[in-house]
Formats: sequence, C-alpha cells, structure tokens
Amino acid sequence: MFSAAFYQTAPVIALCASLGVVPLIALSRRHPNLREFWTFAAAAVKFSMVLLLAGWILAGNVVEVTLIQVLPELAIRFKVDAFGIVFALVSSFLWIVAAAYTIGYMRGLSEHAQTRFFICFALSLCAAIGVAFSGNLLTLYLFYEMLSLSTYPLVAHHQDKEGRGGSRKYLTFLLGGSVGLVLPAMIILFTLGGNLTFADNIHTGIIPAGTGDTLVTCLFFACLFGFAKNGVMPMHAWLPGAMVAPTPVSALLHAVAVVKVGVFCTTRVMLYVFGIDLMDALNLGIVTAYIVSFTIVTASIIAMTRDNLKARLAYSTISQLSYIILGVALLTPAAVQGGIIHIANHAFAKITLFFCAGAIYVATRKKNISEMGGLGRVMPFTFGAFALASLSMIGAPPVGGFITKWYLLTGALDAGQMAIILVLVASTMLNIVYFAPVTFQAFFGRAPDGETGDTGIREAPLIMVAPIVAAALLSLLAGIFPGVMMQFVRMVIS
Amino acid sequence: MMDQAPVLMIVVPVFASLALTLIGPLGHRAAYGLLIASLSLSLTASLAMLVQVVQTGRAVHYRMGDWMPPMGIELVIDHLSAGVLALVGTCSLLTAIYSLHTARQDNPDRLHHYYALFALLVAGLLGMTAAGDVFNLYVLLEISALSSYGMLARGRGPAYYATFRYLVMGTIGACFYLLGVGYLYIMTGSLNMADLAEILSRPELRESVSVRIGFTLIILGIWIKMALFPLHAWLPNAYSRAGTTTACLIAPLMTKVSVYVMLRMMYTVFSADYVFQQIAWSRLVIFLASAAAVLGMITALSQRDLRKMLTYIIVAEIGYLTGGAWLANTAGYTGAVYHILADGIITLCLFMAVGAIIYRTGESRAAAMQGIFQRMPVTAAVFLVGAASVLGIPPTCGFFSKWYLLQGAVQAGAWVFVAALIIAGLVAAVMFFKLLEKAFFGRLDDLMIEKSNGKPGTAALKIRMDEAPLTMLLPLVFTGAALVGLGIYTNEVVQYLIRWSVPSGI
Repeated sequence: MFSAAFYQTAPVIALCASLGVVPLIALSRRHPNLREFWTFAAAAVKFSMVLLLAGWILAGNVVEVTLIQVLPELAIRFKVDAFGIVFALVSSFLWIVAAAYTIGYMRGLSEHAQTRFFICFALSLCAAIGVAFSGNLLTLYLFYEMLSLSTYPLVAHHQDKEGRGGSRKYLTFLLGGSVGLVLPAMIILFTLGGNLTFADNIHTGIIPAGTGDTLVTCLFFACLFGFAKNGVMPMHAWLPGAMVAPTPVSALLHAVAVVKVGVFCTTRVMLYVFGIDLMDALNLGIVTAYIVSFTIVTASIIAMTRDNLKARLAYSTISQLSYIILGVALLTPAAVQGGIIHIANHAFAKITLFFCAGAIYVATRKKNISEMGGLGRVMPFTFGAFALASLSMIGAPPVGGFITKWYLLTGALDAGQMAIILVLVASTMLNIVYFAPVTFQAFFGRAPDGETGDTGIREAPLIMVAPIVAAALLSLLAGIFPGVMMQFVRMVIS
Repeated sequence: MMDQAPVLMIVVPVFASLALTLIGPLGHRAAYGLLIASLSLSLTASLAMLVQVVQTGRAVHYRMGDWMPPMGIELVIDHLSAGVLALVGTCSLLTAIYSLHTARQDNPDRLHHYYALFALLVAGLLGMTAAGDVFNLYVLLEISALSSYGMLARGRGPAYYATFRYLVMGTIGACFYLLGVGYLYIMTGSLNMADLAEILSRPELRESVSVRIGFTLIILGIWIKMALFPLHAWLPNAYSRAGTTTACLIAPLMTKVSVYVMLRMMYTVFSADYVFQQIAWSRLVIFLASAAAVLGMITALSQRDLRKMLTYIIVAEIGYLTGGAWLANTAGYTGAVYHILADGIITLCLFMAVGAIIYRTGESRAAAMQGIFQRMPVTAAVFLVGAASVLGIPPTCGFFSKWYLLQGAVQAGAWVFVAALIIAGLVAAVMFFKLLEKAFFGRLDDLMIEKSNGKPGTAALKIRMDEAPLTMLLPLVFTGAALVGLGIYTNEVVQYLIRWSVPSGI
C-alpha cells in the first residue's frame, strides 16, 4: 500500500506522536477538552502507524532504522519485528481505551494536576513503544529508563505521605535494578563482543563463542533481576507499593506499560541476546523456570490474603507476569508461544480488572472486597466485565487466558517438566480461589450491614463503563479468535 | 585576524580585566557589558580555533612575537586543548550572563573589581589550556589561582578562613609542580613540551631517578590542585562558602582544567609508555580514584547544605576522571576526556540551578528544594536533567562518559573501579532522589493541614510560581539543553575530537 521508505519512518512517527503531543497538551492546559483531544489524536496516529507496520511485518518484512549514531560503535536503532509488534499493538491500542477511561476517572474525582498527569501518560506510552521497537540493548535501556522516570510523577500523583512511600520504593527498585545490574551487564556484553544488536532469530543470541560459563550465568541473572519491572521475586516489592497511584495509572502500570515493558525486556534479552541454544546448553532456562514458578505460587498465595481489591490485583499481576517468563524459560516452541501471547492476553484482562476497581471506587468510594457484597446488582456491566476478565486470569475457555494455558501446558509437556505442570495447575486453583469469590459475592452476596440493598442500577459514568466493556470484549475476542495475535507469535518462533 | 586568534583569546580578557578596574564610576551595567563583550570575543576566538583544528586535522602552533620554540613561548591548540578551550569559553560566558543579579548581590560595593578578577581567572584558565611550555603553564596557573583566591574570599561567612586554607594548599601544589619542572629542566635543559617529550624519550633518561622525581612532584602538585582524594579537603570548604557567581565559575572549570593538565603531562610531556611501564602506579591510582568516587558520593549524600553536597560530587567526579586517565586503554582515555567536557557542563548546570534556587528562596539548605517543581518549574526541570547526567541516564552526556569509563575499566580488568562507578552511581541516585522528592512533594505537613479542610491534593496548586530572572534562566536552560545535546552528539565529539588526541601506546 505504501512504499518501503514509508515503513522506515513509521516507527519514528509512532514514537513522535506521543512525544510531540506533550507541548500541545501543556499549551492547552486551560482548555481541558482540547487537551484531551490531543491525547486521542496522538493515540490514534500511533495506533494507525503500528497497525500499518503490523501489516508490513506480516508480509514478511523487517523494518530497521538507525535513528542517531551516538557512539562510533553504537547507535540508537529501531527494529520492528514480529515480537516487537505484538507488544506495540497491545500497548498502542490500549492507550486509546485507557485515555477514554482516564478522562472519566480524573474528571469524576476532579483530581489536581491533570495536565501533568496527561503529559506523563503520553511520555510513558512513548517510552513503551520505544522499548517495543528497540533494535539493540542500548536503545532498550534508554527507553526503559525513560519509562521509570516518566511514570514517577504518576505514581506519586497524590503527593501525600502514602504516595511518597510508594513512589520511593518504586524508583529504588527500578533504578537500583537498572543502574546496578543491567548497565554493568550491558557494558560487559559490549566489551565481550563489541555488539549489542539483537540477533535475527531466537536461537543463536549474540554472545561470542568461548565466553566463560560463569560470566554468562552472571550476566543472565543480572538481566533477569535487573529489569525489576518484570516483578520477579524478590524484585517485586515495588509493585504493591505503587498501588497508591490513581487507578488508571495502576491499570497502565500493571497491564500495559510498565510491567509489560519489564517482561518484554527480559524475554527480549533471553531470546535475542542469550539465545535458546546457549540457555539450553547452560541449563539457564530450567533454573529460571523454577525461580519464576516460586514467584507464581507465592504471589498467588499472598493475593488470597489481601482484602483491598487493588492490592489483590497487584499480587495477581506479579504472579501472571511470571507466566510469560516461565513460557520463554521452558524453551520449547509451544511454551515460548504461550509466554509471548500472554503479553497480550494478560494485558486485556488485567486492564479490565483495574478499570473495574476504579469504576467501583468512583461510583461508591469502596476499595475493599469485603464491602462489595451485592454490588454486582448495582453495577452489572462493571461486574460482568470483571467476571469475564477473571475467567481469563483463571484460564477458562473461551477467554484469552485459556489460549495461554493451553500453550504453556503443551510446552511443559514437551519439555517433560512435570513439576512445572503441577505449578500451573496449582496456580490455576489459586486463581479460582481468589478471583471467584469477588464476583460471586458481588452478584449473590448481601450488602454490608448498615447499607440498604440498592436495587437500581447506578454505574460509573459512561465514558468509564464503555472502555471497561470494550476491554472485556477484547479479552473474549482474544479467546475466540486467537489467530489474529498468534500469527505474529508464530513468526517469532519460525 | 584568524592567525592571531590563539593570543587574542587570552589577551582580550586580560585587557578587559585591566579596563574593568578603571570603570568603576560608570556603574555596574558598564562593567557587566564589558565583561560579556570580552568573554564573547574570547569564546569566538576559541570556537574559531576549534573549527580550524577539526577541519584541518592539525594542531595550531602560535609563536609569541615570532620567537622560535624551544626558546620562544608557544601556544599549542590541538584536538585535546581545543575542546577544553571551548568548554572554558562557553562556561565562563554563560556564568557572566548569569551573574547580573547574583554578582551584585554578593559584591554590592566593588563589583568592577570582582569582574576584573573574573576576567583574569578566565584568561588564566584559557592560558593554562593553550600553553605549549611547562613554565608558562605554571605562570598562568598562578594567575588563575590568585584570582580565584580573591574571588572565593569574598564569599559568605568565614569564607576568608576556608580560602586561606585553600591558599596554603594551592600554593603547596603549585610549588610541587614548579619543583618538578625544575628537575625536568635540570635534566633536559628545556621547557617546551614538544621538545621535552623528545628529550625525555631518550633511553638514558628513562631510567633516571631525577626524571622520576620530577614526574612525581608534578603529578602530586596537580593532584592537590585538582583535589584528588585524599588531597581534597580544601575544596568543599572553599567552594561551598563562595558567592553564587564565584562557585558557578570556579567549581566547573578549575578542577577540570587541572585534570587536563594532568593528561597533558602524562601523555604529551611524558608518554603512555613511560607512565605505565616505568612509573607503573596505575593500580594504586585506580584505588585512589575508586575511593574518591565512592567516598565523595557518600559524603555528598550526608550533606544538608546544597552547595556543599555539590562540592563533594566534584570530589567524586575527579575520581571518575583520574581513574579513566590511568586505566591505560583507549576507552578509559576517551571516557576521561569526554567526561572533562561533560562534567564541566554538568557541574555548571547544577551550580547554576542551585544558585537560582538560593537566589529565590534565600536559603541553601536542602529544605530550600521543597516544592520547587511548583514554584520554579524551569529551574527544577533543568536540575532534573543535571541530576540525570550525574546518575548516567541516557541520553544525557553523563551516560556516555560512564559508558566509556566502565568499558575501559572492564577491558583493563579494574573491577574495583567498575564497582566504584556503579556504587557511586547508586549513591548519587539516592541523593538526588531525596532532593527531587522534596522538590516534587513540597512540605508534607502543609499538605496534611490543607487536606484536612480542603479537597485532597489541591494544596500544591496554591503555591505561587516564582521563577528566577531571565538572565539566570537563559544560561540555565542552555546548559540543560547542552547536556542532552552533548549526549546525542557523542559520536561526533569522539570521532572529530577525542579520537585524534588518543596518545600512542595505549
């Protein structure tokens, strides 16, 4: 449809859409409607660019652009391939959904500093797309850091004591991990081979042959724990702390941008820097699989004990993120596909769940699950969406999460890892235990004492409910038509 | 005109300094104008030479009065000095523009004399950088040192006492240097750097104890001047009590030019081969550098005074620079030279930002940062960029100097230095994070009070915006942009400037 030259600029346009909109948002701070229009415009431009690129990638092309030659040996480079496009599609589309919801939420609560909020929102989406399109480790690192910094004001939005504590933890873990572990690992990698460009396939990696096994192992774990956004225990502690942020931020953090960038970076490095062959030879894959299995089970158990809905969702996120890494770490084709597709499936479901939590708060100011008895009858759309997304988390058909579970279990069988299969089964059980009661209580439970059982429908504003329903339907569609995303995932494997 | 640029660059500020002592009756505007005019001329000359050196790929040799070296005085502007000259010229001009309000505040009575010292100091620094012989370097070093004593002593509180300590230490350093030059002169009969290098490379002098002593004395002298740990004690006291303008001028430039002099001595007068084979201190020096980086940052973390904190960051950065210079490989050297430029701008940026905050809030404790993002958003944003550069977050220039330094350290197997760089980076992260958190959150107690009788979180909006004056803001924004610009153009700086100056043998 377009010339090849256009596709060379498309990633840059996608990136600049959310970067260039920042001054426009800042200038129109006195006109909220105009300001919100810019956000939508940028999100639309960005998504259409990603969509065009997706078509081009599907035709078997790979786009590579050198943006700036920062060092004689290294450049800020973009490379759009099937793996990156999966994440780019998810994050750029959910920005549109999240923008609508955010406007409803922020206006519904008349929050302060909305302009700053939308600016940082745009910046963090810019960073997310930059990570998705990174062509080498340096570019990846650059956008990773940009994301940490641009989300800080979002986490600290309320500017109160809780906000300070949460955001302090947030930056400590994220910056500590990246500056303390990833940066040295990256420089050692560069010194070893003089090259940080990602490999063209998932098998070979870029580590030169003959590198000492101990060194490779150290570098590998520096990357696994250094990208602390992936929430692998013990680097997960920032995530529940960051819950103090407004709910749209939590949704953005825990579904679209931050944690997904973390797992994306981890899996990108595992597959395209270390490569499956090397990980297999040094048994790094299976060790990682056990580490993240521990995270999956432990986080689920903690989630059961939390009454605050957002906290429960946060621990669920920690657990679900490790599914993605688990899939890749099993190193069999089916498992890797399961891991990658879960980036999309988890994003759709988790954003729905957080949106629901926010809508409940805006409509009723309730935060705890124990107070939500009977609320399903008051907010049927919200809780319907919640139920659907819970099913996806549990991995029941016909919702997206089922696809993930299917591939992961097949992959684990291929790898002959009975223990991992047990972990997956146990985690599914735990998911049922901590998600099912929420929905059940809401629809069939009784309202807490002292409240009259309200039977009329009293939902959050339409601008919030519409995105919730849309996101829940996406989850459903992802389960009914898995082929749409899977065609990209299969390209990663081949 | 163009052939005279090397000398004009130095002479213009010298004459401006003389004129400034006389124009007191014309008022402060005239003094300010004259200072800026002379520094602009000087900067133009140094930039013209930078362009010429890059275009021709050859060093500019200027012979004073057309006397032939090694007897005559020679100015040499090669790829290394051209970059440092541009840095000195730019930073001093920016500080001069910035000084309109602060210099008058600090020197209400004798502004023109203060500006005379200012111009003289700049002339001394430019001269040190361009000098082609070791004795003139000493003379210019004393010119800049003496004017800096004068400027520092006009600071706040017991500044004269801290300056006196600096004077004693600085003089000892200068004497060491002069003594070392004496040894070299006895052994070689020459003071011209190129000539010295030629004579010192002869095999019979390689083993000479006198040359060794000469080298030791020179390097020790320079270390005192650049405040390398553990010879740094004078620096934080002297710099932190200085007036805002003085600190902005001296803090970024004096130590960086001293590091430049160290590189000159190590690689131009002596050779990489001599320094790393005959002297072979590098292990020890790298330990000192690592200690400087870590202890400097940790001490900075423990400071409550903003300016004192910044001065300890300088001590740490000197550790980075020294370590890079002594790693004995190309990456380390590139990192050190690049970091001279980068750290010059970073330090200027941070001192200017803090100066602006002190100017508006009237206090220099860390508490002055409270709510700065609301009150002085531009200053706060530039401070953030400066902080990101110290931490080494891409795409600011601090990331790329760290990149080269770490790469050099890994290649040299200097794991102590690798660890020191990383730990110092993390400590700096904590330190700046504490400040930026204050700047972002404002006074929590106030917020709590507001919250109890108003809507949550609306208190932040009620703080009035109170940005620094435009003459302070413009240079500040320029340095902030320069930090990112230098980072993005690292490739060009390395290709066209630093690569050419990499000494043979490393």
